[in-house]
Amino acid sequence: MSISELTTAELQSGLQAGTFSAVELTQSYLDAISRREESVGAFLTVCGESALSQAAAVDARRQSGEQLGTLAGIPVALKDNICTAGTKTTCASRMLENFVPPYDAHIVTRLKAADAVLVGKTNLDEYAMGSSTENSALGKTRNPWDLQRTPGGSSGGSAASVAARLTPLSVGSDTGGSIRQPASFCGVVGMKPTYGRVSRYGLVAFASSLDQIGPFATDVTGAASLLEVLAGHDERDSTSVNRPVPEYSRSVEQPLEGLRVGVVQEHFAEGIDEEVASSIRAAIEVYRSLGAEIVDVALPHSKYGVAVYYLIASSEASSNLARYDGVHYGHRASEFENMVDMYAASRAEGFGDEVKRRIMLGVYALSEGYSDQYYLKALKVRRLIRNDFDAAFKNVDVIAGPTCPTPAFKIGELVDDPLQMYLADVYTISANLAGIPGISVPAGFSPAGLPIGLQLLAAPFEEEKLLRAARMFERETDFHTKVPQF
Amino acid sequence: MLTREDVEKVAGLARLKLTEEEISEMADKLSQVISYVTVLDEVDVSNVEPMAHVADVANIFREDAVRESLPREAALDNAPKSDGKYFLVPQILENA
Repeated sequence: MSISELTTAELQSGLQAGTFSAVELTQSYLDAISRREESVGAFLTVCGESALSQAAAVDARRQSGEQLGTLAGIPVALKDNICTAGTKTTCASRMLENFVPPYDAHIVTRLKAADAVLVGKTNLDEYAMGSSTENSALGKTRNPWDLQRTPGGSSGGSAASVAARLTPLSVGSDTGGSIRQPASFCGVVGMKPTYGRVSRYGLVAFASSLDQIGPFATDVTGAASLLEVLAGHDERDSTSVNRPVPEYSRSVEQPLEGLRVGVVQEHFAEGIDEEVASSIRAAIEVYRSLGAEIVDVALPHSKYGVAVYYLIASSEASSNLARYDGVHYGHRASEFENMVDMYAASRAEGFGDEVKRRIMLGVYALSEGYSDQYYLKALKVRRLIRNDFDAAFKNVDVIAGPTCPTPAFKIGELVDDPLQMYLADVYTISANLAGIPGISVPAGFSPAGLPIGLQLLAAPFEEEKLLRAARMFERETDFHTKVPQF
Repeated sequence: MLTREDVEKVAGLARLKLTEEEISEMADKLSQVISYVTVLDEVDVSNVEPMAHVADVANIFREDAVRESLPREAALDNAPKSDGKYFLVPQILENA
């Protein structure tokens, strides 16, 4: 078995035992990138040289007996909407194609302090708006399990890079399912933490009340180790919550006694593929066999999630993206008549179709005469969605269900039908609206060999419980050990 | 349903210069989404407070003290047009 097929924990013990050096480990992933990246297209930037020098520094410090960070020598890829000082951060947009941030995102500072090796920046739907990574203006990412299919999105590059074993860990952002859905499509673990658990400082804003940064890994323990580094208070993000970060990687192996698993019957109603439904039913049986109590729960307002989400997310996006004016950074048109025309022409040239649609929808939903009917109404239904979860978590520890209604769809299949594309996020969206944590873990394969993800949700700040529950399932199954061959 | 005039008005507010083709397509695709979100009409929200965000925090203040900020050069580095001191924009006032 090659180094690049080991789990994060195995890589950590190999490094500690001196079985291989951080340089050898990093080189083996860079070799995997040079062999397989051309088919996958997960990266927008590969930082080979700086990755090797970071790895060499880790090796030197280890040899001199220094205390190293928890991710010392472990490669991590970052979604390209996370600011890296001195390295381009494009959001997969023409608007920011040449943008080089003058500062690091908070989580980049945290990863450096943990001695992780930053291996590159991954592809995404432009400004994280999309569910297939097809909205990237800068490249096409393919699903390693079937190169004719999308990796999901918007963190499609981060998911595909881990699935193809081009890196053991990666970081994404999740506004309506953008970590969990591509994790499900690519057969890896992906987690959205509680809103406020991870600082958003340096994450290019899409919808500020919904955006949250989270980990991808090949297994639950890897995701726990990475979350432990990402999480924590940062005064530069005033929504980041000041409470201690548990040692997720330590507790993750402990099974939960008396686990109560909630199941929402509506999740298995119309719109779900039978192959997905049967894998998820089987996953719930795994919990039952481990002694968990299976409890029906109702989330009566979740069916409105997609509508609420597109109003709120687009409204916030229209405001956040107003900053791209061709003055301070980003693209400026070369021909225009006056100042206002310069704004409008620069934005028209810099933004792609989906970004324009979301800005337009948001401006419309917030405009005079419509904001009560659309935006305010959406905020009220949002509260009802949260109330449903609060009630449900009085009776259960986690809620289990499908991450997505279908396995990965084909490239081009939904690209002309935005509404159908939006509906692919039906199971993931309400977690963002409610601000609760969620994780997707590999839970099966369709007859065509495409991965299927199990989504687990928990109450706010119950990441520890969520990871332990996910690990209980993973330990009983081998789906996460399968590696795509291409 | 959104008309072409609606789309033109919104595009003006959004500072987006759309082509004729984009205006037609936008009217069509946005109308689909707007008609989908009318599903919210069936929810009774009387006596429900709007929820703008879920974080259990409000009014986070820091000390009003001078601290280091981004150096001017770094702040101007990504500017499409600058003279090294300022961001440069097209002339706004006539006869200025």
